[in-house]
Amino acid sequence: MRVTIRLFARLRDIAGAADLVRDVPEGATVETAWQALATEFPAMAPHRASLSAAVNAEYARFTLALSERDEVVFLPPVSGG
Amino acid sequence: MLCLSCDELDLAALVRVATESGDHPPGRQGAIVTFLGTVRGGNLGRRVVELEYQAYEPLAVRAFEIIAAEIADTWPDARLALHHRIGRLRPGEVSIAIAAASPHRAEAFSACRYAIERVKQIAPIWKREIFEGGEAWIEGATADPSDSAARQAAHRRACG
Repeated sequence: MRVTIRLFARLRDIAGAADLVRDVPEGATVETAWQALATEFPAMAPHRASLSAAVNAEYARFTLALSERDEVVFLPPVSGG
Repeated sequence: MLCLSCDELDLAALVRVATESGDHPPGRQGAIVTFLGTVRGGNLGRRVVELEYQAYEPLAVRAFEIIAAEIADTWPDARLALHHRIGRLRPGEVSIAIAAASPHRAEAFSACRYAIERVKQIAPIWKREIFEGGEAWIEGATADPSDSAARQAAHRRACG
């Protein structure tokens, strides 16, 4: 199934893109999508411990199962204000 | 009013909204506390040229709504208005404006402080510091609204 991955801050710099459209297997979770991304962009891998995630503009756990056309976002540590 | 935009922030409009919003009759509020966050010209010994704010806007608005709901839980009479600016800002410019109104000052001070602490903890907003000689992403907290320890820490600062 096809999902959109949106990237911000450091992760966007590493990928050189704000949005990526990728196929993930049926039954994939947020973690599955992350693993595929970190394989494609190895420089992202060390950031896993400090990331949180969102799916379709709601905060999400990495164990959440994905659906076709979901928007998955990996959030580096935030620094608003 | 809980929003983000590239526009300059209008504190007077936030005060109006915080004072008039909801089911409160006019004159119910007895205190309005406001907070403005501005771009510091120096950070970690570096001379800051500008800050570039990036946000995942729909989730940032959602984060502001979560913060407003938490405030409503803790200080039921308080009303919140919050506007975060994104894009490129120079030292001295305002990046965030918050207004918290309440019948009494203690709750207004606490709600306003709580709001900025929680924005820094959970809102999906990032700043890149462009300084003389380089640039760097500033990284703070891992954004997790369900992290009760972080929420308690924000509450302690708000009531300290």
